[in-house]
Amino acid sequence: MKDTIMTILVSVDGLSKAFTLHTQGGAEIEVFKDVSLEVLAGECVCLHGPSGAGKSTLLRSLYANYKPDAGQIIVQHGGESIDLVSAEPWEVLEVRRHTMGYVSQFLRVIPRVVTIDVVAEPAIAIGIPADEAHAKAKALLARLSIPERLWSLAPATFSGGEQQRVNIARGFMVNYPVLLLDEPTASLDSANRRSVVELINEAKARGTAIVGIFHDEEVREAVADRLFEVGHSSVRKSRRRTATAEAVA
Amino acid sequence: MKARAREILRVERLSKTFGGRVPACSAVSFSLRQGEVLGIVGESGSGKSTLLRCLAGRIQPDEGKVLIASDDHIIDLWTMDEASREQFLPTTVSLIHQNPRDGLRLDISAGGNIAEPLMAAGGRHYGSLRTTALEWLQKVDIEKRRIDDLPEIFSGGMQQRLQIARGLATHPRLVLMDEPTGGLDVSVQAKLLDLLRSLVRELGIAVVVVTHDIGVARLLADRLMVMQRGRVIEEGLTDQVLDDPHHAYTQLLVSSVLQG
Repeated sequence: MKDTIMTILVSVDGLSKAFTLHTQGGAEIEVFKDVSLEVLAGECVCLHGPSGAGKSTLLRSLYANYKPDAGQIIVQHGGESIDLVSAEPWEVLEVRRHTMGYVSQFLRVIPRVVTIDVVAEPAIAIGIPADEAHAKAKALLARLSIPERLWSLAPATFSGGEQQRVNIARGFMVNYPVLLLDEPTASLDSANRRSVVELINEAKARGTAIVGIFHDEEVREAVADRLFEVGHSSVRKSRRRTATAEAVA
Repeated sequence: MKARAREILRVERLSKTFGGRVPACSAVSFSLRQGEVLGIVGESGSGKSTLLRCLAGRIQPDEGKVLIASDDHIIDLWTMDEASREQFLPTTVSLIHQNPRDGLRLDISAGGNIAEPLMAAGGRHYGSLRTTALEWLQKVDIEKRRIDDLPEIFSGGMQQRLQIARGLATHPRLVLMDEPTGGLDVSVQAKLLDLLRSLVRELGIAVVVVTHDIGVARLLADRLMVMQRGRVIEEGLTDQVLDDPHHAYTQLLVSSVLQG
């Protein structure tokens, strides 16, 4: 394991996150504190812990969708180390375009954009020719058993499971070196779960570093190399701060 | 990896007060690069429209600088003399008004509205001006046969699309939009947003879009600035600001949006 240091793609150090809810009397919720985690190329780390432990919040923080209060998230991006906590917005966007993919729990797309374009978009955004991107999008949609007649419709009216599969197809469009997955199989049947497991294992074989939340034990067994406990160190506290509440009112 | 895009606009500590009262803008600073879309959100009276007008050369700030990239150097908008500013602005900066009637000339044809700024920028050949006008009508989804019609008789949505064509045909470096979907029916808004989103991507221009509509901001902007009482109280990546707002006012703004 001499060269493991070369293959650490994500290195989290001392990450802390709390929410201050100004609209709710200034309640303060500490979600996690001093989290440190390293993820290697080709490795799948499963965030583990009870509901409400902060797994999704940690995952969103890794994607820089949430702003941590302290700590670092160092990502290897095109030969450079970038700290997503202190990076400029344009740098974060570059990392997201090229290096780090994220499959959210729910599909949130632009209304009126048709499925095939929703899926192909991340590839087109990094300059892959439209033909090539559409061919790959079709292959992914077919693999995830989205019927062809739906490809030219906007996914807003699709069922929850269909939307999630569109979301997964979109997430696997680009071979990102790092992939974050928030319960990708939550509302899928067993055949589709198997397809997702295959996609994840193919990504691992390519050297993708994966951090995910997998509630389904069978899926977890099939993809995760290790569990990372979330919520052990965090102390939840809630207090009211009238001063802030008054300031808001 | 892609090198950082060129800086198109830099605003340094811009302040403006009307009539000695509360400042409309107070020490606002930010920078914008080619291909970036910056959204400015805040309620009416937050100073966002005043800021936009200072950037567009319409209102002179009391203090601070507006620096805009020219071909090979940086222009300091409010220290150059008025004649140079009048010459510089039309070829470099476009302002899209909330009310299309403020940005169009209602007494000349649709084609003329697109051609006029091109002529001001030095276009002289009638045939090529007309060709460009036809191309832009098509881009903004207005039937080509309407080229000789007066915009007076167009619907609000069509007028707004024409204003966008007029504003973008000159290939400005910087586009400033003031509530571009305000005052339109929801279905018309949606179509206009689709159009703006695809044009902004296709042209790779730098855009500042002022809006009070969080949905518009999420759809169009890469970055957001939240303004309250003339100050920038929060800024960052659009999804960060909207999904994890830190400031009390931003939280209120985000939580006030009805879930669709």
